[in-house]
Amino acid sequence: MTLPSLALAAAVACGSLLASTAALAQAKEQFFPVLVYRTGAYAPNGVPFANGYVDYLKLVNAQGGINGVKLSFEECETGYATDRGVECYERLKGKGATVFQPLSTGITFALTEKAPQDKIPLITAGYGRSESADGGVFKWNFPLLGTYWVNADVLLQHVAKKEGGLAKLRGKKIALVYHDSPFGKEPIPLLQERARLHGFELQMLPVTAPGVEQKATWLQVRQARPDYVFLWGWGVMNSTALKEAQATGYPREKMYGVWWAGAEPDVKDVGEGARGYNAAAMQHGAHTDAAVIRNVLAQVHGKGQGTGPKEEVGSVLYMRGLLSAMLGVEGVKRAQERFGKGKVMTGEQVRWGLENLALDQKKLDALGFAGVMRPVSTSCADHMGSSWVRVHTWDGKKWNFSSDWYQADEQLLKPMVKSAADRYAAEKKLDRRAPADCQS
Amino acid sequence: MLYRENGQFKTSYRADQQIFPIRQDRLFIGLLLALAFVVVPGLAPEYLLRAVLIPFLILSLAALGLNILVGYCGQISLGSGAFMAVGAYAAYNFQVRIEGMPLLLSLLLGGVCSTVVGVLFGMPSLRIRGLYLAVATLAAQFFIDWAFLRIKWFTNDSASGSVSVSGLQVFGLPLETPVQKYLFCLALVGVFALLAKNLVRGAIGREWMAIRDMDVAAAVIGIRPVHAKLTAFAVSSFLVGVAGALWGFVHLGAWEPAAFSIDRSFQLLFMVIIGGLGSIMGSFFGAAFIVVLPILLNQVPGWFGLPLSTATAAHLEYMIFGALIVGFLIAEPHGLARLWSTAKEKLRLWPFPH
Repeated sequence: MTLPSLALAAAVACGSLLASTAALAQAKEQFFPVLVYRTGAYAPNGVPFANGYVDYLKLVNAQGGINGVKLSFEECETGYATDRGVECYERLKGKGATVFQPLSTGITFALTEKAPQDKIPLITAGYGRSESADGGVFKWNFPLLGTYWVNADVLLQHVAKKEGGLAKLRGKKIALVYHDSPFGKEPIPLLQERARLHGFELQMLPVTAPGVEQKATWLQVRQARPDYVFLWGWGVMNSTALKEAQATGYPREKMYGVWWAGAEPDVKDVGEGARGYNAAAMQHGAHTDAAVIRNVLAQVHGKGQGTGPKEEVGSVLYMRGLLSAMLGVEGVKRAQERFGKGKVMTGEQVRWGLENLALDQKKLDALGFAGVMRPVSTSCADHMGSSWVRVHTWDGKKWNFSSDWYQADEQLLKPMVKSAADRYAAEKKLDRRAPADCQS
Repeated sequence: MLYRENGQFKTSYRADQQIFPIRQDRLFIGLLLALAFVVVPGLAPEYLLRAVLIPFLILSLAALGLNILVGYCGQISLGSGAFMAVGAYAAYNFQVRIEGMPLLLSLLLGGVCSTVVGVLFGMPSLRIRGLYLAVATLAAQFFIDWAFLRIKWFTNDSASGSVSVSGLQVFGLPLETPVQKYLFCLALVGVFALLAKNLVRGAIGREWMAIRDMDVAAAVIGIRPVHAKLTAFAVSSFLVGVAGALWGFVHLGAWEPAAFSIDRSFQLLFMVIIGGLGSIMGSFFGAAFIVVLPILLNQVPGWFGLPLSTATAAHLEYMIFGALIVGFLIAEPHGLARLWSTAKEKLRLWPFPH
């Protein structure tokens, strides 16, 4: 490359970098940033999520937008890497984003520090940091539909029910095979607390990311013969774990995955070998027959505007993406009820909307989510809104619900959330929000 | 024409030993600094500052640190990500555990801790070199990754292993807006770059280079290999540690050990190699190449309105980036810094290059 051409290339690059950031989104549209990972080690799971998310935004547009306000959106590839996620956040923030869904525990942690300054709420539907359910400290975080603590608690309740009561857990052995990252470590405090209360033994088996090397872990499982294995995995780690379980002869019926470990890409490769494997379903499972899915097929895919393959519509992760987008859209809708229908909301207004979500059964039915999820209602103190979980089981071909609804034990969770949030507040020298702040 | 040295005579040793003996260089650097300190903060949008320039500056500092070790002293290290982590977590611990600890001091102390660890893992360099040393420093990477994942004390008993900082301030000034953060990083990087430049020009830098070029010969002429190698490890890990602390504190705000994984080590090594081994300027070029270019590539399809899917754009980014790395290394194995100095040579003789 000659020098003048190099200089020219650099000048063009710098100029366009400036120009791209200066161009702000149109004020008439509500802009939705879409942080996704369609490449990298976690892509098989990231893609259906992203497709569901985008399809729902397209569906809302096809139905006329939010009270007439059309949605605009832009994807940004994070590759599940925190620094790229932060870059995406900054890039899309400049285009007028009013609500972010980081889609990674690491990125959530980083953005939690940035959101209060930028006044943009974060929705972490079913992931993120568990203590952020406490709205008194985490004003801008919304772990809607439950956290990893909820997830772990319900799995324990389910296991206890199988054994015939929580008291029967005494002396039992439960192994936690987890992704060695903040995501995988999130349930540990709750499981330890439960272990202390009920006297079961908790064996912790970390697996280094991305999780393809688990031979040693399963050797330990084979030696210890735990009564149950909880699988806190993501991406390729899940199918590897199931194959290893098959190889070691550990019964899949005794394995319970976090809801991130309970989707089609996790078990499909293992097929029959994963039969009987259970996972938590944070509200929803796979719903190919839900009304909203029929709408998506008719109004988005039917018009040739669908994102991704048609066969994946309604699968577990697709539903999660769809649901996450719906929560964001409903936050905006709720905000419009207070700040003016048909207007574009700001980040602060959307935050109010998310804090005052009241999705009752009637609204859910109207949206087409009947049978998919239970009502959600948030408040100033409770940013989670709902803590209902089901368990579903893989029959070799598809996921089927195998349990009733469970609700996480509030008696146990509330003090834990509060003390963890207080600890965070003390570390950051934050004050709890005053009651007056809740009205804003 | 632009770079003609004619008439620039030096009449004292002092004048001859300046960092930039040629007037045009001084002017250029002066303009560059003025641009960086005055014009950029005034004009650059938030995105450019936060997502491009701040990471670029911080990783330049890390690359600078690594360049001292690899480029000047010839000791290959694959553990720079780990030394960044040591800096970040040590600074975090100073910040959290000591009430009223000034930010700048904890950043520097983070660097000091990293120095200690770096020297510790630099010890094997006295007996082994080349690929063997690379493997030994790789061990540092694995060990330190493990330590920050497993030893709860380092993360202040954080359940998830992720730590976060906020409410930063320096000398009573808040460090919150992008401009403040940018200027803070720029000032630190500027000072360290200047110090590094002077170090490598001085006696100690000459020792490093002598060791790099041939350690036996260096020992024969009276250079102590132990001293030279360990000081290179110390200075290098200090800079890398400070960069790590800045990465955590200023850029990310919250981080986990994965932020300083082996990928980061490789990234830094690429920066040094592509930027130019044994060149201060090269560290900045390398960081720009590795940090800014992928972000640019990722956005190019969008600017031209190409209807590429996110995944395709991401794949294209990797392909073009990879091809460019190979291309640059074929065209100029000595890195971008060499390209830069060739350009200066040409300008000096222009319009009559040899």
